[in-house]
Amino acid sequence: MSFPWAKHYAPKNPLMQWMDERLPLPRLVYNAVGAGYPVPRNLNYFWNFGVLAGAALGIQIITGIVLAMHYGATGAGAFDSVEHIMRDVNAGWFLRYAHANGASMFFIVVYIHIFRGLFYGSYKAPREMVWLLGVVIFLLMMATAFMGYVLPWGQMSFWGAQVITGFFSAIPGVGETVRVWLLGGYAPGEAALNRFFSLHYLLPFVIAAVIILHIWALHIPGSNNPTGVEVKGEQDTVPFHPYYTAKDGFGLGVFLLLFVALVFFFPNALGHPDNYIPANSLSTPAHIVPEWYFWPFYAILRAFTSDFILPAKLWGVLAMFGSILLLFFLPWLDSSPVRSANYRPVFRTFFWILVVDVLILGKCGGSPATPFYVILSQICAGYYFAHFLIIIPIISRAERPRPLPNSITEAVLSKHGGTSPAQTALAAE
Amino acid sequence: MVRNLAMLVGAAFVTVLAWALFWTVEGQITDPAPKTVVDEFHLQPKEIELESNGVFGKFDQRQLQRGFQVYKEVCSNCHSLSHVAFRDLSQIGYSDAQVKKIAADWGAKQPTFDEKSGDHAERPNIPSDHFPKVYYPGTGSPPDLSLITKAREEGPAYVHSLLTGYAPQPAALLKKFPDAKTPDGAFYNPYFANLNIAMPPPLTQDGQVQYLDGTKPTVDQMAKDVTAFLVWTAEPNLAMRHTAGFAAGIFLLIFCFLAWGAYQNVWRDVKH
Repeated sequence: MSFPWAKHYAPKNPLMQWMDERLPLPRLVYNAVGAGYPVPRNLNYFWNFGVLAGAALGIQIITGIVLAMHYGATGAGAFDSVEHIMRDVNAGWFLRYAHANGASMFFIVVYIHIFRGLFYGSYKAPREMVWLLGVVIFLLMMATAFMGYVLPWGQMSFWGAQVITGFFSAIPGVGETVRVWLLGGYAPGEAALNRFFSLHYLLPFVIAAVIILHIWALHIPGSNNPTGVEVKGEQDTVPFHPYYTAKDGFGLGVFLLLFVALVFFFPNALGHPDNYIPANSLSTPAHIVPEWYFWPFYAILRAFTSDFILPAKLWGVLAMFGSILLLFFLPWLDSSPVRSANYRPVFRTFFWILVVDVLILGKCGGSPATPFYVILSQICAGYYFAHFLIIIPIISRAERPRPLPNSITEAVLSKHGGTSPAQTALAAE
Repeated sequence: MVRNLAMLVGAAFVTVLAWALFWTVEGQITDPAPKTVVDEFHLQPKEIELESNGVFGKFDQRQLQRGFQVYKEVCSNCHSLSHVAFRDLSQIGYSDAQVKKIAADWGAKQPTFDEKSGDHAERPNIPSDHFPKVYYPGTGSPPDLSLITKAREEGPAYVHSLLTGYAPQPAALLKKFPDAKTPDGAFYNPYFANLNIAMPPPLTQDGQVQYLDGTKPTVDQMAKDVTAFLVWTAEPNLAMRHTAGFAAGIFLLIFCFLAWGAYQNVWRDVKH
């Protein structure tokens, strides 16, 4: 960590000294998430969600590894092996429900984490690389979750795989060939199931590796904070341990409490009943819908209903991938030097419109494609692209931000009854 | 450069969406989709009161045994229950000897295959066997019932409503949608997705099943009991899951309380 006042690792125990001289792993941990990492003192509860996302990944990996010991990725046996886990494996029902709902919890946490990054401008210089790696993690999560959903080999698994791999057939010319190559057949079957299982096991470890890079990149400039003002001195920070380990401990407890409520009392609330019907290539479900965390993107895909130079399907696929890929360019689309939306009144208004817009898109993506929902998703998808690609570049130049506090400490003290940042700014002029 | 390019891409997507929106709205105005017979006559399932409902839900073993009897005497003629084993019946209050007898007396036998002679044969069921698969030669394909209450929207209510929902086709329906007359070999049931189901009404008269515990076997009671049984076959660990949930919840509440105390204690001298 770059701040000169960061505490240095100085083990007193001779064993730890011996270790430190040979493999300074404890030193690495100390500097990464221990007392050696100074963090702004004014972080709110939104800053708990990075640690929670890490915990969610850990839960997924542990439950997933045990589930894989009992699961069989065969076309004839996959569905039955999941029921075998539910009925005959010791605590198998708990492992499977924890894993299925753990994916939902992971996405809830990551969406709040992204929300926080967008609101407080955490994607801006000098943290662009943190943001870019975060988008990579998000894409890997989506791929992993999709392939995981195929594994129980129920009706939604099969037809979801059919629809998602069908995107590739929108590529002009070679699309169908690419689709068949990816699936290992003309329709999802045992070949697809096996490769999805293999990749579903691999990708979480790739995610873990990118998380290490994500945290590494974060530790160069240090954490952002709710004011968006950079750390000016030692008085602005506290050591990560014990201050934020204690706060994260409490956050983790609340997270687990909600997780337990879901797993033990509403384990199927976020799933689709059709996935308890074995995969059947001859019977198409009335409404094919993905898991809830893909609904906004599914709504964008389905919003493109008319050909316009290119076929509608290709537009839909381009837009759906584009809606996520555009996040890679966000640090350069938003050129305003002010990070926190708290000091950007115009940005903040549009930001909340975007939040409502994405929630409506989610509702549309989970509903049948009736004209009402198609029209709604066309309007909301239009706003989504306009927001990131047109509105943000314009307001980041036109907007007059409110005066910023001079430092984190000043903002904290004014909250506790000192001078307000506006007064200090006036005095400074 | 990035911003100019982004605005172009943004303008392209917005234009295509506006174009698509125009045609969707235009289609709605000039050629609105007429209401279908399903839109107008399909009914949502009626709520059903079961012991297993809610966060305190558990099973009523006597009801499960009655439901098993309905499955055995009525449903099992056409519907499989292949994820359930005979040994599982000990969870709903049957003794080991009773389970053995139920398995041995079960109508459909376990198919066997002799590797040496190549002969197919049958043997009686034993407790470790799953319920043998039922092969149905008639029209329609009766689904396996092991998971049926989890495989339908509002599963338990759906099963109960479907079993008790058979009715003559309403005159209003035939008047408005003359083409939607229930075809021969199908039966009108407003709770079924397309209103016409291939399954003949399975529970037709009170007393169709003779209960041993004195409960009056009305059609509604039999439907309710078999629904309760099918909730159990779909989720045999439900009661244990709820108990474990409360234990885990109480543990985590205490954990949260302590963690919050630790958090307050660590931060007591730092304004934030």
